[in-house]
Amino acid sequence: MSAPGPTETLRRLAAHLQRRARWRWPEILFWLAILAAIFALPLRAGIINEVLIAGLFALSLDLILGLAGIVSLGHAAFLGLGAYAAAILASKGLAHPMLGLVFGAAVAAFAGLVTAPLLLRGGDLTRLMVTLGVSLMLGELANRNSWLTGGADGLNFSIAPLLGLFPIDFTGQRNAALYSFAVLFVLFAVARRLAHSPFGLALAAIRENRLRAGALGVDTGLRIVAIYTVAAAYAGAAGALLAQTTQIASLDLFDFHRSADVMLMLIIGGTGYLYGGLIGAAAFIVLRDVISAATPEYWEFWIGLALVILVLAGRERIAAAPRKLVALVAPRAARRGAA
Amino acid sequence: MSAPALEARDLVRRFGALAATDGVSFAIERGARHALIGPNGAGKTTLINLLTGVIRPTAGQVLLEGRDVTHLKPSARVRMGLSRTFQINQLFPDLTPAESLGLAISERNGSGADFWRAAGSRPAIVAEIADLLMRFGLEAEMDRPTRRLPYGKQRLLEIALALAARPRVLLLDEPAAGVPEDERQDILAALAALPPDVAILLIEHDMDLVFNFAERILVLAAGRLLTEGAPEAIAADERVRAVYLGEDAHG
Repeated sequence: MSAPGPTETLRRLAAHLQRRARWRWPEILFWLAILAAIFALPLRAGIINEVLIAGLFALSLDLILGLAGIVSLGHAAFLGLGAYAAAILASKGLAHPMLGLVFGAAVAAFAGLVTAPLLLRGGDLTRLMVTLGVSLMLGELANRNSWLTGGADGLNFSIAPLLGLFPIDFTGQRNAALYSFAVLFVLFAVARRLAHSPFGLALAAIRENRLRAGALGVDTGLRIVAIYTVAAAYAGAAGALLAQTTQIASLDLFDFHRSADVMLMLIIGGTGYLYGGLIGAAAFIVLRDVISAATPEYWEFWIGLALVILVLAGRERIAAAPRKLVALVAPRAARRGAA
Repeated sequence: MSAPALEARDLVRRFGALAATDGVSFAIERGARHALIGPNGAGKTTLINLLTGVIRPTAGQVLLEGRDVTHLKPSARVRMGLSRTFQINQLFPDLTPAESLGLAISERNGSGADFWRAAGSRPAIVAEIADLLMRFGLEAEMDRPTRRLPYGKQRLLEIALALAARPRVLLLDEPAAGVPEDERQDILAALAALPPDVAILLIEHDMDLVFNFAERILVLAAGRLLTEGAPEAIAADERVRAVYLGEDAHG
């Protein structure tokens, strides 16, 4: 075997480094399929909208957990903040959806920036407790300051049509889903770009070996604060979308179960490749809908069972099962397919 | 005369009543090859941690090319030219050698916080990664996850990563530790080919390697600098023999 020449090495190297940055056709199909579903299933626009928003929320968690390896059990704090920020703005008469969206994301980002330094000390357990604590505090603040938030009754408001043309309230559920889709797609594309940049590479290094990342000159603390702030903005945007498309912000947005559910979604779909949150959100919500229709009181039992099987059997093995089945039935075809 | 590349002044680090580092002073000139030896428990690891900034000294100073870095974070010291390798591999298991090196180079030249450009889109960085891969014989493994690399190749990547930071001072912590005999020559060749203008402090148990590599040897015992000198002088020093013989039971 002769050594490859320098030009060949350079070419292979550049291709290797950029292999993930290029959009592939299954990805494009994925997005087109969602768009098609919104138009093909008008009666399901509500649940599709819910999935898209949950997917954005899970994407936000993936930015910190999947990219940088930072765990959180209080991500709902930013969902709630974004929702209330958008709701309060709208209730004061500034009811343009885009305005509320940006405001919700900005308020959540600010809260992320302020609380991120708390995550730099200690291990995973510390981070779980700190994030949980912050979300509990914010939830209680929203409860206490009912003059602003409506307290336990929640905050009802009306939302202006999108761009002054398209209503996104209950009369325009498809518009609402399209609005959420557009926001999700743009934010996903940004996250994707970020993940494949040198900044994203540094986050991967922090996740894989924080000691060595620091020893190579990566200011690990600064990077963690940066991505946590971005993730908070994403969660805030998800909260704003949720409030705007339902015209209510309620205290349960801060609830622990929101933080736990989004973690489940991400684990179901898989962390670190950005689509996991979207796939997990769809699986979680559809599963919940189907099971709760069959057994309204005990649906959590089945979700729990699915989760236990998933983590014990391993997602990779479950995903590989169809291929192995094919290999059993038609070994030659499978080998040719693998080559 | 210019300031030494690396200088320690009266470094002290106490853990409770124990002085793990006890008044250590030394200087390494630009491009010099020094080795640090000493029996187990002499305080070599503590000293490295003090130099790199992982822990803060109780007293004393660390200077890099004349600048006081005693109160700087490890990452800031790296950017000022102090780089290290680890005795136990500290790599990024799921990243490939090419990605790991790209990261180290980006951090060094200040484009590591670049969040909008695709990694691998700057020809200058790609060329530098290729150069490092070829210098350390890693080009065939460049796109394999690091955890799948043979141990010897991982040791080479350890050094390549430290060098990607373009250090003025390089601390090598037992670079040949655990490397099987047939891959050892690659490590020795890599050490011999390190840039001549980089000052190197080699921390090593392997005396063959130490006496082959170093122009000057520092001997640490019980947290203090026992002696410092040329290899011949150290080899003939009775006190050095005594601290090692006293420790013979450890091997």
